[in-house]
Amino acid sequence: MGNVLAFCEFSDDGLRTSALANLTFARQAAQAHGGEVIALVMGGGVQGAAAAAAKYAPKVLVVDEPTLAHYLAETYAPIVARLAKEHGATVVCATATSVGKDLMPRVASLLDAGQASDISKLEGKDTFVRPILSGNANSTVQISTPIICVTPRQTEFEPAPELGAAGAVTAAPAGTIDALGATFDRLDAQKSDRPDLGDAKVVVSGGRGMKNGENFKVLEELADLLGAAMGASRAATDAGMVPADWQVGQTGKIVAPKLYFAVAISGAIQHLAGMKGSKTIVAINKNKDEPIFQVADYGIVADWEKAVPELIAEIKKLKASR
Amino acid sequence: MKILVPVKRVPDPTQKAKLKDGHIDLTGASWIVNTFDEYAVETALRLVENGADGTRLPGAEIIVVSIGPDDAAKEIRTCLAMGADRAIHVVATDAEIDSLAVTKVLKGVVEAEKPDLVIMGKQAVDGDANQVGQMLAGKLGWPQATFAATVELAADKQSLLVGREVDGGVEYKRVPLHSVITVDLRIVGSKSVKNGVTPESHAYSGEGARLPSLKGIMAAKKKPMATAKLADYGVEAQPSIKELSVTLPPPRKAGEIVADIPTLVKKLADEAKAL
Ligand SMILES: Cc1cc2nc3c(=O)[nH]c(=O)nc-3n(C[C@H](O)[C@H](O)[C@H](O)COP(=O)(O)OP(=O)(O)OC[C@H]3O[C@@H](n4cnc5c(N)ncnc54)[C@H](O)[C@@H]3O)c2cc1C
Ligand SMILES: Nc1ncnc2c1ncn2[C@@H]1O[C@H](COP(=O)(O)O)[C@@H](O)[C@H]1O
Repeated sequence: MGNVLAFCEFSDDGLRTSALANLTFARQAAQAHGGEVIALVMGGGVQGAAAAAAKYAPKVLVVDEPTLAHYLAETYAPIVARLAKEHGATVVCATATSVGKDLMPRVASLLDAGQASDISKLEGKDTFVRPILSGNANSTVQISTPIICVTPRQTEFEPAPELGAAGAVTAAPAGTIDALGATFDRLDAQKSDRPDLGDAKVVVSGGRGMKNGENFKVLEELADLLGAAMGASRAATDAGMVPADWQVGQTGKIVAPKLYFAVAISGAIQHLAGMKGSKTIVAINKNKDEPIFQVADYGIVADWEKAVPELIAEIKKLKASR
Repeated sequence: MKILVPVKRVPDPTQKAKLKDGHIDLTGASWIVNTFDEYAVETALRLVENGADGTRLPGAEIIVVSIGPDDAAKEIRTCLAMGADRAIHVVATDAEIDSLAVTKVLKGVVEAEKPDLVIMGKQAVDGDANQVGQMLAGKLGWPQATFAATVELAADKQSLLVGREVDGGVEYKRVPLHSVITVDLRIVGSKSVKNGVTPESHAYSGEGARLPSLKGIMAAKKKPMATAKLADYGVEAQPSIKELSVTLPPPRKAGEIVADIPTLVKKLADEAKAL
């Protein structure tokens, strides 16, 4: 018997979609361990987020403390580890976002727990499937430590539905907070009205063949027509054409939309690792021999300069006819 | 400044994955230094040199440490040839270790060597775990700055401002010395590392980590490489994370080349129901 402590990220609008994937994993793990899901909400001024979490979990722990307003691994990890012990957790989990990936292994080391990162499936109580080698293989791992820390991959777990009754919200003390000299300086955020790359239904990505940032405008027009998020290859982000956090791939974002456009992207394994899970893939590339065409459902061999404006016009026509 | 750089050797990711007895078959594989660790060595070098003329700052030392089988010595030498000063090779097979064991060994090395900083890759590109750096920082009780795209040493050399690649932008975090930094791809950008000595006008090539020069390769042969065993760090060859099996996902079915845009849009709407 053991409980599952699920660290939940939130925004001003409530729990993040990514947190709902974590809660789905948490429910599966709680069933396997014969315990219950305890959602954990931490920060400064988080009562609203705690109430939102209560829609999804029978129990919610809330640590509300002004000095925790900005996430820092140094201050968060000891609290998560302590609460895990106090509340009989045998599994501690957070979605594999940039926060979850930063936090959970540190929690694991404080608990002497085995860590399963970026998992795609719960196979049994202590057994998980995780993609390795840029997604070219799936490894099944078994972890024998008494407590296990896990970061489930957002695209592999459906968002958890709400429960019938609201869970019980309990305040938990933060205890002594020590950032070990680390401080949050600032966040340079890219403001955008487009959906998050992680949970967009459609993604439009451009690569080195777009040549410069200005040229991405035509892809953004296509994206906005489809309500899509923008993505890019490493070559495009490294060249400074577009923001770094648009990068899709092994070391960028993992996406699995219904529809993915790869424009002027060759299809290196590291890029494929981030988008192979998409339902339908369209590739537009001038060179018919590129590896991207081996994963694309539909390929167009053409210059983007000609193909993309034509695509926009044709989609507008389709929309008008409906 | 004394910097410890943990490095792992990994199978060259451009090789096709094949299986033998339910695990990845590595017979005859070619090996490389994990790309992110190569970037970590590069970062360490940039922090302790004047990039414009390549001179080392006084008191600088870069130590690489690797836990791996006998023949990992070759990849460790590559790091020495890039410019690291000495190496520690803790000999163990991959089956004997997991991330908890690696973390414990690295903690032992940090306690023995007392570096000012640990700089390492954010992820080993074979297991793609992205966890050892965070675990090491937790075990040491040191601050961490993961996924670093830029680092800037403060004028008093007592802290670093690290630009971290996070979902939704770049987060700037300040950490004091005695911290663990894990590096992301863009750390090898032409102006990503600032040490207050390299002139502002200097730009590195931006094409990844430096290649070892012929002189570097010759020098590396004479640089010290100490060998050790897991037991020297009180670690048993009893991993608590075990790989039961590996499977290869079915390849994605190759699709079709579509003649023109109107046909594409029609297929997306009617066949794929994606529009
Ligand atoms: C450790 C490591 C991690 C990495 N992680 C990632 C990652 O997460 N994500 C990622 O994307 N990459 C990653 N990479 C980089 C990856 O290996 C490739 O270098 C990169 O994906 C290439 O980007 P690209 O396809 O845009 O550029 P290229 O490979 O240069 O391809 C450009 C394409 O544009 C086409 N083209 C040119 N002009 C036109 C035109 N006018 N019309 C149509 N097509 C045109 C060309 O035919 C070509 O196919 C990683 C690499 C390493 C070593
Ligand atoms: N066997 C090892 N020896 C030395 N360093 C390692 C080893 N395994 C992992 N590391 C370090 O930990 C980082 C993250 O690895 P991982 O968490 O396995 O993805 C790597 O980039 C290395 O710096």
